[in-house]
Amino acid sequence: MDQFTLNLLFVGASFALYIGIAIWARAGSTSEFYAAGRGVHPVTNGMATAADWMSAASFISMAGLIAFTGYDNSSFLMGWTGGYVLLALLLAPYLRKFGKFTVSEFIGDRFYSPTARLVAVICLIVASTTYVIGQMTGVGVAFGRFLEVDNTTGLLIGACVVFAYAVFGGMKGVTYTQVAQYIVLILAYTIPAIFISLQLTGNPIPALGLFGDHAASGEPLLAKLDQIVTELGFNEYTAHHADTLNMVLFTLSLMIGTAGLPHVIMRFFTVPKVADARWSAGWALVFIALLYLTAPAVGAMARLNITELMWPEGTSGQAVSVEQIESDPAYDWMATWQTTGLLGWEDKNGDGRIQYYNDGNAEMQAKAAEAGWEGNELTNFNRDILVLANPEIANLPGWVIGLVAAGGLAAALSTAAGLLLAISSAVSHDLVKGQFNPNISEKGELLSARIAMAVAIVVASYLGLNPPGFAAQTVALAFGLAAASIFPALMMGIFTKVNNKGAVAGMLAGLIVTLVYIFLHKGWFFIPDTNSFTDADPLLGTIKSTSFGAVGAMINFAVAFIVSKSSDPIPQEIDDLVESVRVPKGAGAAAADH
Amino acid sequence: MSEESSNNAYWKANLRLIIGSLIIWALVSFGFGILLRPALSGIAVGGSDLGFWFAQQGSILVFLGLIFFYAWRMNKLDAEHGVGEE
Repeated sequence: MDQFTLNLLFVGASFALYIGIAIWARAGSTSEFYAAGRGVHPVTNGMATAADWMSAASFISMAGLIAFTGYDNSSFLMGWTGGYVLLALLLAPYLRKFGKFTVSEFIGDRFYSPTARLVAVICLIVASTTYVIGQMTGVGVAFGRFLEVDNTTGLLIGACVVFAYAVFGGMKGVTYTQVAQYIVLILAYTIPAIFISLQLTGNPIPALGLFGDHAASGEPLLAKLDQIVTELGFNEYTAHHADTLNMVLFTLSLMIGTAGLPHVIMRFFTVPKVADARWSAGWALVFIALLYLTAPAVGAMARLNITELMWPEGTSGQAVSVEQIESDPAYDWMATWQTTGLLGWEDKNGDGRIQYYNDGNAEMQAKAAEAGWEGNELTNFNRDILVLANPEIANLPGWVIGLVAAGGLAAALSTAAGLLLAISSAVSHDLVKGQFNPNISEKGELLSARIAMAVAIVVASYLGLNPPGFAAQTVALAFGLAAASIFPALMMGIFTKVNNKGAVAGMLAGLIVTLVYIFLHKGWFFIPDTNSFTDADPLLGTIKSTSFGAVGAMINFAVAFIVSKSSDPIPQEIDDLVESVRVPKGAGAAAADH
Repeated sequence: MSEESSNNAYWKANLRLIIGSLIIWALVSFGFGILLRPALSGIAVGGSDLGFWFAQQGSILVFLGLIFFYAWRMNKLDAEHGVGEE
């Protein structure tokens, strides 16, 4: 069977599974549409949360980010998992006790302020929409590469599949599809990693192989990697090169942002009890950790493999010849990926060999001049292809490649569905029911949720097809908004008695300062050349715009406390609400209201 | 009144538990993983040092332990203070 048929088989089978689940799990009520009837087992919810959370960025990009930077990008590993500690200890159980359907609804009720609810809804919609663009683009790219259709067709197929299970199934359909998607994506991520770890270290567990010995040389794998990358003039893999303050703030921003992202928080509304919300956050992190403990191994091993392929005789021998790249099957992946424009090489000095080294390093420039090299000849290596190309780089069987194709699509689709659900429930529950038509019937609300979802899919597909130039920058925006506005408001709502004025002032202050800081560095509304600073030389010391969410959160807290202290205390019924949210007792009753 | 004071004790115990857990949370990630890494550089772990291990794997494992410990401890606290769901 050829590779195309294999890919088609794996992707087709996984899609048939998702559609089958959708037909089985149709939502009949708003409670089922928004919160899966609050009947999801905590382990099931943990698995769905893991698929919801792990996006195209986690599956496709993260290992590449680590592979080409090393230790300095550990921020992604700690940041995107550490947020679950905040979620489990500070938010999830209390929001489940509150027993409503959306994040903005809690903010509106707790701060007895329609303005607060509106600010939260706007943050939620902007953060989720920017996030969903990347998922839709990812779907298009994965289809384009593996199924040989153009990006547009691929994206439209993906959109139709999401439409089928998200519009009809709501949270109930999305939850059970996400469970299936988690299984597909974790197999797709770990199976190639196990093969590669066995090849390189003899250890079947990649996370242990990373700290094991490199079988070919007998040296520790990381020591070997440090040695060969420094010989080519690159930064030592395991060493700390980044600015420490920025690294700490970036990690913290990712943690707070993770805990404040509405599509993750709302998953904890689906479990039956407060105690289940606590367990469920733990289970979510178990399932996430299976991928996150594997990712650094995938990154380091791929970096080692690629470097050795480019220098088959070792870094002191001859570089790989153009002839070998074109004829040796071990290099077929280079030709495949060259056609996508994401990989490129050029024999600049015409010696028939491709020298891969860091031509920005002074010592290497001297060595290159002596050897007659005219710059790094592996001219383009897009970090995003690393995970997708990894099975081919390691020469793994064709079915593994088909599995990876299905896994990448599962990661993108599951996150897209979660985000679309967050958007549609904010529109139908917070805007239509909350602001315009409070007396809407349950049937009417369910219909408006489905229409909102359908519109959101159309908008997301359009933006995925015509991504605004700033698409790559918007992830910083989503995390910045979640960290600076939503997380502090939720936390203060539970742990303090900050009043309505304090909350609104705090959210607006955190939001505006963070937005302005991002715009000053990335351009106003991301329009190129309107920026006054760059992340290489930021406004405040070494704090990059991507790390500013944590600062925005601190501003939010500070402003909220000051304003709240200088205005009226909260009314008695809100005080009672806070007290009731703090104890699990009576959670069932609250849920039964719906 | 008695219910309120018992809730108060429950809430204080919860806050103590949260603060303790968050200290460990920060210590393993920002501490061992980043700021204190130079101090731990003498401890070798498979081709690198303990700080590198904490940054890439150790902190994630500790986070997991923290969440399950908190859930277990809180469910016991709920029962002790009579504020559980059943």
